[in-house]
Amino acid sequence: MNHSPASRNSQENTPPPRILTLQIDGQDLSGRADETILEIARQNKIHIPTLCRLDGLSGHGGCRLCLVEISGQNRPVPACLTYPQEGMVISTASQRLQDYRRKILELLFSERNHVCAVCVSNGHCELQELAVELGLSHVRYEYLHPRLEVDGSHARFIRDPNRCVLCLRCVRVCAEVEGAHTWDVMGRGISSRVITDLNQAWGSSQSCTACGKCVQVCPTGALSEKGTSVAEMIKHRHFLPQLLAMRTNRRE
Amino acid sequence: MNKARIATTWLDGCSGCHMSLLDIDERLVELAEQIELVYSPLVDTLDFPEAVDIALVEGAVGNEDDLKKLQLIRKQSRLLVALGDCAVTANVPAMRNAFKLEEVLRHVYTATASSQLQLPKEEVPPLRDRVRPLHAYVEVDLFLPGCPPPSEAIFFLLSELLAGRIPDLSAKSRFGA
Repeated sequence: MNHSPASRNSQENTPPPRILTLQIDGQDLSGRADETILEIARQNKIHIPTLCRLDGLSGHGGCRLCLVEISGQNRPVPACLTYPQEGMVISTASQRLQDYRRKILELLFSERNHVCAVCVSNGHCELQELAVELGLSHVRYEYLHPRLEVDGSHARFIRDPNRCVLCLRCVRVCAEVEGAHTWDVMGRGISSRVITDLNQAWGSSQSCTACGKCVQVCPTGALSEKGTSVAEMIKHRHFLPQLLAMRTNRRE
Repeated sequence: MNKARIATTWLDGCSGCHMSLLDIDERLVELAEQIELVYSPLVDTLDFPEAVDIALVEGAVGNEDDLKKLQLIRKQSRLLVALGDCAVTANVPAMRNAFKLEEVLRHVYTATASSQLQLPKEEVPPLRDRVRPLHAYVEVDLFLPGCPPPSEAIFFLLSELLAGRIPDLSAKSRFGA
């Protein structure tokens, strides 16, 4: 959980972090040794696309959209989990990376049923926005069209696995911020599913506090509030930095 | 100057993309001066003509007739545009793909019907097992997603093509729209 503002908050006795020099996309920059390449890039207004990343939650490195290239290494690395070293030369937007990112999006779109036109999150969806940002006009892979049941058992919320991209923000916010750990992952690879408690109906979960944090951090229409229709589900994420800042202040 | 020969059609779709095309409103007059609309649900031609310059195809491929039409359109058109989400992604029509075709037919024609409990056999083209986008069958030259694509994007597409340019359509529309 080295990314949460709470744990990054400097403790009085620790020495100040080392400052390193590095190069990103040809720009000579400096950054703290305890900040990820993604954070340093952002501070310098270099945009790297992300999906599973959410400020305030631990890094996950699951979506691979933030992959960057480091000189001397053949394998691209996720910027959200990689820390800089002195003299590192990083490239964030090569043709290869852009191709990878588009392929990742195409695989996400083809793996579940992302029918934007009839989705509660149409117009407010991070996956949909990424498709525009990365210039994805169509999907070259065959759509799988899996048959996935919508879970409407909860009194206030709906889980629609058809729209899930397995970013695991719901799992992280529930465990790390709410402290309930209602959400988890079942299965592996393409059969991975986000589940509540022991893979039971959400409405029957004993651990869920119905706080709704998972719904608000979900980037797509996979988790939504009951009673919202097409394009009506607008997520409110400002609670997360506010909540974490309040907790940090109290601790000091 | 020769007028560009334009054809438009819909396959497994709702005609919404054509509504958006009509929403170009008075600028249609401007476009009309530069084109000859040789085939369209909006005109009275029965057979898809030869030597079409630009074909705008709305809708996915859901039945045998859609596929036959699409292959003919491809053969006889210089430039084929997938117009809207159904043509580009198969969209809503493809929601039946999660079910077996027999299940879908049984549900629609017997389980929820109040009379005439039988599957249609004559005068309608047989459904294909899966609904798929245009590029699953033929080469597509340009993709304009959107449900429907905004009329602004369709106007941009057509005016660029008529000016002899292949337009960059990124950021002009999006899936879902």
